[in-house]
Amino acid sequence: MSNEDKYAQVFMDTFSVDREQLNDKFVYQCVPAWDSVGHMGLIAALEDTFGIMMETDDIIDFSGYEKGKQTLAKYGVEF
Amino acid sequence: MNFHDDLQKYGDAIAVVDQERGPVSYAHLAERADVLGAHAAPGGVKSLVFCLCDNNLESLAGYLGLLRARAVPLLLNAGIHPDLYEKLLAAYRPAFAWHPRGHAAGRGREVYADGDYVLTETGFGTSTELHADLALLLTTSGSTGSPRLVRLSCSNIASNAASIADYLGIDANERPITTLPMNYSYGLSIVNSHLLRGATLLLTKRTLMDKAFWEFLKTERATSMGGVPYVYEMLKRLRFGRMDLPSLRTMTQAGGRLSVDLTREFAALCAEKQIRFFVMYGQTEATARMSYLPPALALEKAGSIGIAIPGGSFALADDGELVYRGPNVSLGYADDASDLARGDDNGGVLHTGDVAQCDAAGLYTIVGRKKRMLKLFGNRINLEDVERMVAGLGYDCACAGEDDRLRIHTTDTDNHTAIRAFVAERTGINPSAFSVHHIAAIPRNEAGKILYSALPA
Repeated sequence: MSNEDKYAQVFMDTFSVDREQLNDKFVYQCVPAWDSVGHMGLIAALEDTFGIMMETDDIIDFSGYEKGKQTLAKYGVEF
Repeated sequence: MNFHDDLQKYGDAIAVVDQERGPVSYAHLAERADVLGAHAAPGGVKSLVFCLCDNNLESLAGYLGLLRARAVPLLLNAGIHPDLYEKLLAAYRPAFAWHPRGHAAGRGREVYADGDYVLTETGFGTSTELHADLALLLTTSGSTGSPRLVRLSCSNIASNAASIADYLGIDANERPITTLPMNYSYGLSIVNSHLLRGATLLLTKRTLMDKAFWEFLKTERATSMGGVPYVYEMLKRLRFGRMDLPSLRTMTQAGGRLSVDLTREFAALCAEKQIRFFVMYGQTEATARMSYLPPALALEKAGSIGIAIPGGSFALADDGELVYRGPNVSLGYADDASDLARGDDNGGVLHTGDVAQCDAAGLYTIVGRKKRMLKLFGNRINLEDVERMVAGLGYDCACAGEDDRLRIHTTDTDNHTAIRAFVAERTGINPSAFSVHHIAAIPRNEAGKILYSALPA
């Protein structure tokens, strides 16, 4: 599975959404499941999937599906 | 005197900084509150008002204005599910609703507007009889569709605010930042206890997972914050230990049991950062607070709920149930409008439904629950309500679980995703709290009663 696929899968599992919904409009609080609780679950799942530990600023600035890819790039996750 | 009647005494001191609106003084807040109050209690006639809250100035002014005018507010979350709102409307027939403009709650004549909020007449009038001592209504497990409310008096609110301000040592220099909705008893207790002492509330709608929350905390130099257990899990994930927040002096925890590990971790971190860490215990039925663990014992006695607040006392019933006595014990419950005419049913004694133990030092620890109830991210959920909800959808089920993890065992095989989504949508609680499992048959005894102990863990 490519990193892109793994990344998308985390969002699909965490928020129960389809891959088609995952684009630059998929941002924090755009679906009820992506609330603060969902955000915590998302970060935990991403850290597990990619074996990374994110910094506080990156966690609270992880505001959307596309934005998140740039963040993960800082931790060596290539897309 | 009730703190809400006495706001003017702090005059030009800043009562609140709304993240979107900026600072407002005590004098100005009282003024705004009273204009609304006058509209909601015309001619001094006591009326019931649904107050749809968010952490903003309008909600705060509305709440205070209604209390000051002796109207009776029912505080609800502005994000309440429309079906539940309708149920409450039909059950309690309020005279007015104070709500964000454009909210589904507003259907009648507009009586008054302030900022983004509108007071509308519902058309029910003031037909609902309200007991003279009734001052405020809060929901219990509001999110599962139960219309059950807790009835509170002015002296309940005043005494609990005073006790809290006392043991937390709140003074006018305090600046608590909101992390909880003000319609939730714990969130409201922070508001009340700080306004009592002339402190400054920092109101924000942002969550801990939002950059703007932390910017607001830093710019406004917040001195304290409170959190239910999942807030502490978030703080841990956000590496609270590595954050530099020099203004923060006090942290409180309530709204469910924090795991012993997490309690120890935060007790140690807070000690290192010279932050006082208070683990506390309460219920809406006791206005908010019943006990606290002094910060000096936070590490050593992790897992304990500590001692009763000033003015209150604990005892254990023969079956181990924790019984609380104090002036903050609510008048009782309401299940419909006719109950609002009732007086004090509890007589200052609350059977908490929690089973506890008391150690030699007089510190209490909760060891179980008598009721079939869980806390999901701080929200109290009756398992029976969830079972009824799922049954209404057409599926046979039995619920079990632990705090933050509710398991729905159903005989259905095909619609687990739909059941989970439905329950999350209805309760407004993140779907990660719910899991759906197939079971061949719901275990029942000969009398047909569900054997919850026979459900798989």
